[in-house]
Amino acid sequence: MYNASDLRKGLKIQIDNDPYIIIEFQFSKPGKGQSLYRCKLKNMITDVIIDRTYRSGDTFQPAVLEERKMQYLYEQENEFCFMDVENYEQTFLNTDQVGEAKNFLTDNLEVEILFFEGKAIGITLPNFVDVAVTKADPWAKGDSVAGDTKPITVETGYVLRVPPFVEEGDRITIDTRTGEYVTRVKE
Amino acid sequence: MSPGLKNKSPSKDQGRLAARKRNLFVRARMIQSIRNFFIEKDYLEVETPQIIPAPPPEAHIEAVRTGNQFLHTSPEICMKQMLSAGYTKIFQISKCFREGERGNLHLPEFTLLEWYRIGIDYHYLMNDCEALISCIARDLGIEERLRYRDLDIDLEAPWQRISVRDAFFRYALMPLEKALNKGVFDELMVREIEPNLGVTKPTFLYDYPASLAAMARLKPESHEFAERFEFYIGGLELANGFSELTDTNEQRARFERDMQQRRMSGKQIYPIADRFLKSLEHMPEAAGIALGVDRLAMVFTNTLKIDHVVSFTPEEL
Repeated sequence: MYNASDLRKGLKIQIDNDPYIIIEFQFSKPGKGQSLYRCKLKNMITDVIIDRTYRSGDTFQPAVLEERKMQYLYEQENEFCFMDVENYEQTFLNTDQVGEAKNFLTDNLEVEILFFEGKAIGITLPNFVDVAVTKADPWAKGDSVAGDTKPITVETGYVLRVPPFVEEGDRITIDTRTGEYVTRVKE
Repeated sequence: MSPGLKNKSPSKDQGRLAARKRNLFVRARMIQSIRNFFIEKDYLEVETPQIIPAPPPEAHIEAVRTGNQFLHTSPEICMKQMLSAGYTKIFQISKCFREGERGNLHLPEFTLLEWYRIGIDYHYLMNDCEALISCIARDLGIEERLRYRDLDIDLEAPWQRISVRDAFFRYALMPLEKALNKGVFDELMVREIEPNLGVTKPTFLYDYPASLAAMARLKPESHEFAERFEFYIGGLELANGFSELTDTNEQRARFERDMQQRRMSGKQIYPIADRFLKSLEHMPEAAGIALGVDRLAMVFTNTLKIDHVVSFTPEEL
């Protein structure tokens, strides 16, 4: 259990049975008044941000979160299925929980799934993933200049801009944090 | 490379300390200016002990224990004993200690300027504040207008003055009595009121509810309020001053009330400061004030974090 004086940026606590992370923290104490612990907190399931002011004497349950290494298996009716690589247990995340990560989920990709009280609530991708290019216009040599890019589609359906020499059937590396092209993978 | 310097790149600690050089220079000049101001006005600079047996039992201030005594949370009770003994104008710049106070505006070990004078009340003290801050600004080469945060603050006297009651009405949109009854005085003060104080000119917030005054005199015409004020520059609370309570019996009753409150909320209990209470029998009318020197340095260096106006924070040792 935490006391108000333990509160700080980055601490994870439970409010109404949901896990929250403190994203901003300020200790305040008006002249001769009581200590106030002002927090901006983000709900780790819904991403909703709330403001709360706590006093000395307030207590908090820690939000215990666990990350597990899992493999992406398939998507079905807006549910994404993942399998624990150690015990083969399967778990599901919905489209909202997967968010932008769906653009980079290739079959069997190893990801970290975040659990709160046994329930999967979020996903962390590796920083770089390799994906196959499924649609690309051929490079018309001669009518392009250095720095040109063209749009392509990769196996997940994600569209991004890449240098003109990338062709259909190539594999490329994408930075999942920015969604941008990094390099072409040499086979 | 100059002779005598070691050929090593500076560590993170050294870099951080070096980056504070300008602020620490301003701070030192500011403290010099404070001394000159009071010495010129015939105040005696005094030093009272930092280790004391019985801190005043303020409801929300925690003293740090050392052996079977305490580090002082302010030099107040010793300085007032000096007034009772015939000292008329005294000031002190001292390190004070308060357990658990740490944030952008708080250090558990910090520097307070306190000054006391007999024969005056809190209104006179407000004039002193105006004169002191103008004097420091002049010595630091600041002409009338001060840049703090994104604000352009006019230091010229007279400053703004607003009563606590009016401030609740104007900024908190809740009558003071209701805020007290609902127990949200401090929350509203921090969230709604303080950010609006001292934005164009420094501002005095005065006449606090009697229940929020440990050692201030009540207003003779209305016992609901105490002759206590704070002043703010750019939303930052800098000082707490008041007309001193000189009635031994009433002071003892308040200490007992506050000690009872501390006991109920499970806080540490201090011995009663008997010598101080006895000395009040001889204490003349007086007023006194405590001003946060670190915070004043924040204002004059345009710094938002108290860490940047001290050489070391507790975490940096």
